[in-house]
Amino acid sequence: MPVFVVEVMPKPEILDPQGKAVAGALSRLGHTEFSAVRMGKRFEVTVEGPVTADTHAKLEEIAREILSNQVIEDVVSITEVTGGTGGTA
Amino acid sequence: MRIGVITFPGSLDDRDALRAIRIAGAEPVSLWHGEHDLQGVDALVLPGGFSYGDYLRAGAIASHAPIMAEVIDAANKGMPVLGICNGFQMLAEARLVPGAHTRNDVQHFVRRDQHLSVVNNTTAWTTKFGENEEIIIPLKNADGRFIADADTIKRIEDNGQVTFRYVGLNPNGSADDIAGVSNERGNVVGLMPHPEHAVEPGFGPDTATHMRSGLDGLRFFTSVIERVLA
Repeated sequence: MPVFVVEVMPKPEILDPQGKAVAGALSRLGHTEFSAVRMGKRFEVTVEGPVTADTHAKLEEIAREILSNQVIEDVVSITEVTGGTGGTA
Repeated sequence: MRIGVITFPGSLDDRDALRAIRIAGAEPVSLWHGEHDLQGVDALVLPGGFSYGDYLRAGAIASHAPIMAEVIDAANKGMPVLGICNGFQMLAEARLVPGAHTRNDVQHFVRRDQHLSVVNNTTAWTTKFGENEEIIIPLKNADGRFIADADTIKRIEDNGQVTFRYVGLNPNGSADDIAGVSNERGNVVGLMPHPEHAVEPGFGPDTATHMRSGLDGLRFFTSVIERVLA
């Protein structure tokens, strides 16, 4: 079945404490060549049935209205992949 | 005078809110997220907790619960609605109040007896306070950092929609030390601290004079009772 990957990131101007904590850990472990980390979310959305223009429109809508909060996050990409990572819901 | 408290999967402080309403002198009504019935209540509380485990974003999934259609409709018609902590996050996700919440800037859960200033004492939930009165309300959150873009912050500051501000210490990095906000009309108020935990002697926050004696939370509920009965 068709699978779409939706990627959501905190807006650039928003502080990302989780990414900051990971960057701090990398630095403590000696990986000083990596100066910053920002963490976002990756959603794999499986489509039931054929993909149509309507599917794309609906996916864009749920990405904008539900999967992200536009006050603090941006949808950075929506891409179709074959099979995702193979996980089951 | 009946005040409803909506229980969502993962609500924790719904029973405390029901108890606070009874102590304040109103009839508490327990409501369920999965129904479409507000049972004729006069006001609503969205309680604290971790609805849906804070999955997706804090309050995000609960903000789409079946009963939220009725909550949004009632709020837009002027019914007083108070969102506490996770309930505040739901109000923001439902766009009933401006802004959004992210992880605390200090990167961990914070629990403290928090000093607040009542910036606007004309909302449905704050009339029993003095203007700029300093109160003490327990705070406990991980995703309590209130933010909005600069234009929105300016607009809500100018409109008097900043209801509460943190005093002494900003526990989570919220913009402009904002602890609570209202909608334009002032009937919908959300805040991160928990007024329902400051209503009974012996079980409230510490004050300057006595341990666990703080009762400032009670006036949120007596304010709304007065407003509805007026």
